[in-house]
Amino acid sequence: MPATTIGGREVHVDDEGFLTEYDEWDEDLAKELAANIGIPELTEDHWKVITFLRADYKEQGETATLRRVSAVGGIPTKSLFQLFPKKPARKMSYVAGLPKPAGCI
Amino acid sequence: MILGAGTAGTMVAAKLRPRLAADDWQITMIDQEPTHYYQPGFLFIPFGIYTPDDVVKPKADFIPSGVEYIEAEIDLIEAAENRVKLGDGTVIEYDYLVIATGTSIRPDETPGLEGPEYGKTIHDFYTLPGAKALAEAIRFWEGGKLVLNIVEMPIKCPVAPLEFIFLADAYFQDKGLRDKVELTYVTPLDGAFTKPIAAKHLGNLLEDKGVNLEPDFYLERVDSDEKKLVSYDEREVEYDLLITIPLNMGADVIGRSGLGNEGNYVPVDNKNFLSKQFDNVFAVGDAADLPTSKAGSVAHFAVEVFTENFLRHIEGLPMLEEFDGHANCFIESGHGKGLLIDFNYDTEPLPGKYPLPGIGPFTLLRETEMNHWGKMMFKWTYWNMLLRGKPLPLPHEMLMAGKIDEGV
Repeated sequence: MPATTIGGREVHVDDEGFLTEYDEWDEDLAKELAANIGIPELTEDHWKVITFLRADYKEQGETATLRRVSAVGGIPTKSLFQLFPKKPARKMSYVAGLPKPAGCI
Repeated sequence: MILGAGTAGTMVAAKLRPRLAADDWQITMIDQEPTHYYQPGFLFIPFGIYTPDDVVKPKADFIPSGVEYIEAEIDLIEAAENRVKLGDGTVIEYDYLVIATGTSIRPDETPGLEGPEYGKTIHDFYTLPGAKALAEAIRFWEGGKLVLNIVEMPIKCPVAPLEFIFLADAYFQDKGLRDKVELTYVTPLDGAFTKPIAAKHLGNLLEDKGVNLEPDFYLERVDSDEKKLVSYDEREVEYDLLITIPLNMGADVIGRSGLGNEGNYVPVDNKNFLSKQFDNVFAVGDAADLPTSKAGSVAHFAVEVFTENFLRHIEGLPMLEEFDGHANCFIESGHGKGLLIDFNYDTEPLPGKYPLPGIGPFTLLRETEMNHWGKMMFKWTYWNMLLRGKPLPLPHEMLMAGKIDEGV
């Protein structure tokens, strides 16, 4: 996996820039990642999503779908589109340092 | 006790019966449906490649001798009490429970999807009635906008929607109608191919076949009067004929019984399928919340691992075998060709060769005629080998032999 420098430190990412190492992520990095995709400030609502995603991934081994974030995390899908415009599934995974939702190919 | 006599449940019964002493172990299977469907064949019915006869046999034909079969609705699983309540009020106790109740489509979960247009301008091919209605709808169709939409992941057989669109392209070409048909693939994912290596090798397939792609489309509702899909961010896609892959969910009885997650899938240890809640409950096949494809292929490899582990677990021994999430499948790509993919939890589909003793290697991640024939042969293998629990020359663990690791 290629390494890159984000916020002054070296992290491992895939070809699309998604972090590949769960433990290389922290809250400061999340702010840098968010800024990279045009989210200048992470609000409390953003953090609620990110915290849920991180905990859920650790338990499940895959990134939660929007439906799961809504049903289990309690954040409605409409809100996810406001917090992470246009591509919430992809953007929330990116900021949370998790793999993007994917199919099998 | 095994709940569900579909692909996974039937294989569990076939593998366990000869390994458990008949004097000590009674095996009971419960299922409410009398018919066993060869579900991979549903894809071919709309195009007239298969008829319903190809995909239907009585479940009773596949219940191994020495296994009691009860055809009944399952009302409630009372796992804390080690018992199952049937629709007619009968209560049956168990020592060990294997949940294999599968997953099914739920068009009722999306506003506007299930209504008077379902079966007319809105179709699915994940049920036999759905596939048959779709066959009728496209047989005399004169063209227009054909839209295929995936509502949300996970879905059963995640490559089937792509196969459908490839076969539709070929079907309308053969009918001389292709220039009158606009094909659009609408997905909540960020592309039709989301794994880097598959995307590199297959990324142009849709474009080559003249299929429009609408990625990151998260369906909120269907307007069946105006014939359009509307996403949560107010994007719209118009259709004349909608082929939908509705939300997939596990059985309602799982949810009712407090054994499921938000999609009614049973949370299990993804290495050995033991319930996270109960030490005498397992879930196999699509019913489990494994982070891999919901597919018969996964169930097949999983059941082999399950069987060895179960036999140890009942003796109080640790479960040594670890499931790696292995799956492989043929992907029809139209005009008598197909692809083959082989992957697991950690390794995405790679190119190269897939060795198969006696038949020869298949080519991975590339269109070949042999892969098409592999898929066609599989129906026989399913009915005669897989469901009978007969060994296939396919190791349950994914092997790197023949694969080209491109190091992405």
